[in-house]
Amino acid sequence: MTMDGSTTMQDGQDGYVTADGRKIGGVIMEMKNITLRFGGVVAIKDISFDIREGEIRAIIGPNGAGKSSMLNVISGFYHPQEGEMIYKGSRRPPMKPYEVARQGIARTFQNIALFEGMTVLDNVMTGRLNYMKTNLAQQAMWWGKAQKEEVANREVAERIIDFLEIQSIRKTPVSRLPYGLKKRVELARALAAEPSILLLDEPMAGMNVEEKEDMSRFILDVNDEFGTTIALIEHDMGVVMDLSDRVVVMDYGKKIGDGTPDEVRSNQDVIDAYLGVAHD
Amino acid sequence: MPEQLLFAMEVTLNGLMAGVLYALVALGFVLIFKASGIFNYAQGVMALFAALTLVGIMEGQVPFGHLINAIFGTEIHHFGWHVPGLIAIVITMMIMVALAWAVNQFVMRHLVNQEPIILFMATIGLAYFLEGFGDLMWGSDIKNLDVGLPQGLNSWIDETTFNALGYGFFIDNLDIVASVVAALLVVALVVFAQYTKQGRAMRAVADDHQAALSVGISLNFIWVMVWSVAGFVALVAGIMWGSKSGVQFSLSLIALKALPVLMLGGFTSIPGAIVGGLIVGVGEKLFEFAIGPMIGGATENWFAYVLALVFLVFRPQGLFGDKIIERV
Repeated sequence: MTMDGSTTMQDGQDGYVTADGRKIGGVIMEMKNITLRFGGVVAIKDISFDIREGEIRAIIGPNGAGKSSMLNVISGFYHPQEGEMIYKGSRRPPMKPYEVARQGIARTFQNIALFEGMTVLDNVMTGRLNYMKTNLAQQAMWWGKAQKEEVANREVAERIIDFLEIQSIRKTPVSRLPYGLKKRVELARALAAEPSILLLDEPMAGMNVEEKEDMSRFILDVNDEFGTTIALIEHDMGVVMDLSDRVVVMDYGKKIGDGTPDEVRSNQDVIDAYLGVAHD
Repeated sequence: MPEQLLFAMEVTLNGLMAGVLYALVALGFVLIFKASGIFNYAQGVMALFAALTLVGIMEGQVPFGHLINAIFGTEIHHFGWHVPGLIAIVITMMIMVALAWAVNQFVMRHLVNQEPIILFMATIGLAYFLEGFGDLMWGSDIKNLDVGLPQGLNSWIDETTFNALGYGFFIDNLDIVASVVAALLVVALVVFAQYTKQGRAMRAVADDHQAALSVGISLNFIWVMVWSVAGFVALVAGIMWGSKSGVQFSLSLIALKALPVLMLGGFTSIPGAIVGGLIVGVGEKLFEFAIGPMIGGATENWFAYVLALVFLVFRPQGLFGDKIIERV
């Protein structure tokens, strides 16, 4: 990504190269004709888009556009009535959220879902749960293999804590932290799972300008350093345009735009949705 | 040494031992409360049910014997075999796991994200159901439970204290076993909760369901596990109480004694359950010894509750409970 947010698109399954030289890989997740209804309300209407390996993909739209619903579909919290999802080349059957998580899709929540009673370190360590393979007895007795495993997991957790600059609060119970830091701890926990796709639900919601800048920097750094594929939802247009490689725009459950930030910015439907249209 | 002081010491020791048994029941409460945020009113009844099942299996009793006989006009009561204690304990544990699965499948699974008070009410229902079910399955007569634990006066303590102090302390062997078992149980539970993957997942589920799901924890698995562990603790408590005072339905009432224990120790603390149990045990025995005769005795029935009441006024979170912090 460049400062002006432009990317160069290339055709084909093999991805494209961004203007700042990052190589974006093939499609890792493809959403095909997804429709989600709650009773008579259609939250998502026939939406298709894809997420490519290594890119920062944003889903934007005004309030009530269905962005969060879309994220919940990807993470298995909601199950669409129609459409299919192709994840890593194969069709994904309906799954429970914990199964999705075990497949390598980590997420954060709009209203922060952390383990408030645990310390920051313990929270981040829960992200490593699926990497613990030794059995109960071995773990309880802190036996050879279990010890090695715990140490290895701890190292990953500590590296991520360092990376997100939350070393100083490692041992602090999460309930004592201010909002902005909680958001960062949540990001750390999701990252600890070393996800194939990282889903961020309004990572900047409720933050002041400085915190937003910090969070933007961390998102870019994470993508750069670990090559993590990131899909994020945000309604702050400015932030999204600076951050993402490609953007899906939703309005009233429908997709009204899809492309690079520049393409989306000049899309008339998008402008209408955000600024309103004169009805005459 | 004056005789009164020696008596008081003996009473204190016996109080400690009684306290251990209270603590065993309280442990089950704390465990489920910590792990799922549910106050499990049925914990005492689970201990009773476990003890009933254990005795039934050991003596080869036919489950639902009365019911079968009433319907089919048969006269079967016993299979005619006896199962050794250890094997019977293993079978009973399997039944407790099955019970845990059933509780999750038919009750708790349908109450996800409900208010704690609703979950609490569900466990009251569970308590009454289980009491009736246990009655139906194994009958309501008082049974003798003997899994081979040593019982009766510990002569070594009796002799040693007699030689040293000129007065032999009466300590029941069973109480000593119970103390050792309780200590082992606490260590095992703490290690499990703090250092294992499943324990970490359990604490995570107790804290936040959504977050737990998002890191790949299966809520159903954890709940079945938590109820199984509670079943295990209930089994241990049931064995101890059953060996001490026979397996009878008043056993479910000891669950009520666990309430003041928890108020003292704090609902969220495993060490708290132990210390609370000991305080209640010693407190009520000493109170009965010192004050009881002046006011006509029977203070053991209410002392624990009054003590809990005093605690509620001055330290509502208990001795070891999580401090109540609220951000305003």
